[in-house]
Amino acid sequence: MQIAARPATGGTILDITGDIDLAHSPAMRKALLQEIREKKTPKVFLNLEKVRYIDSSGIASLVEGLKASRDQGSRLILYGLSKTVREVMELSRLQKIFEIHESEAQALAS
Amino acid sequence: MLLKLELQSNPEALCLVRATVERAAEVLHFQDAEARAIVRSVDEALANVLRHAYGGRPGLPIEMSCRKLRGGEQKSAQGGIEILLADKGVPLKPATLKSRPLDEIRPGGLGLHFIRESMDEVEFTRKKGKNLLRMVKYLSPTPQAAASEGEQKCR
Repeated sequence: MQIAARPATGGTILDITGDIDLAHSPAMRKALLQEIREKKTPKVFLNLEKVRYIDSSGIASLVEGLKASRDQGSRLILYGLSKTVREVMELSRLQKIFEIHESEAQALAS
Repeated sequence: MLLKLELQSNPEALCLVRATVERAAEVLHFQDAEARAIVRSVDEALANVLRHAYGGRPGLPIEMSCRKLRGGEQKSAQGGIEILLADKGVPLKPATLKSRPLDEIRPGGLGLHFIRESMDEVEFTRKKGKNLLRMVKYLSPTPQAAASEGEQKCR
């Protein structure tokens, strides 16, 4: 899994590539919390277009990021969810808890 | 026996297992959504072994075997797949196998929920110092098979 950060309107986009599983979710968690807690970025966009798989540890990291963003008064915005990622979100019944958009354009306009 | 793997408790092995199980599910003609469910269950079950049974210690043994269930065998006319996982970790306690309530928005506790939602049969046992997990997924009837079955029942 690879994580790259780039600036965006009002915040930062984290581009995630690969699988978010037990081996890699700690790295995503670290990047996410660093952006939210340390850099206090007002909007963190998580680009999941190139994520093929996410497991429960990845979902747990997203939940932790969401809680941190709520504590900071910032926003965590997800977009580009594949069918696999969307299924896991639905299984977790978290799809309505997260702010989710189809595309980067929609996410940035939100 | 369709497949037998001897693994070590390293998180890096999970992506290899997922690829292998996905291919096995394709070979057995599972539909895409069913194949994803099987892959997800095996991955989550192995992650549980790594985290809970072995407490994050790498290099410890895990055995995984997959068996093709023939049509008419057990509860499905179409057959399916039986997956067995065995580890030598600490005995799993029933309380640790409990899924968390889904209305609680907090990290963790979802793995077992994913497995139970994704598979048709899930059974935990402990025998001869090993934790054993048996998971079964049955093939869904294809539209043709369902139609044919319906015709036969109507006769």
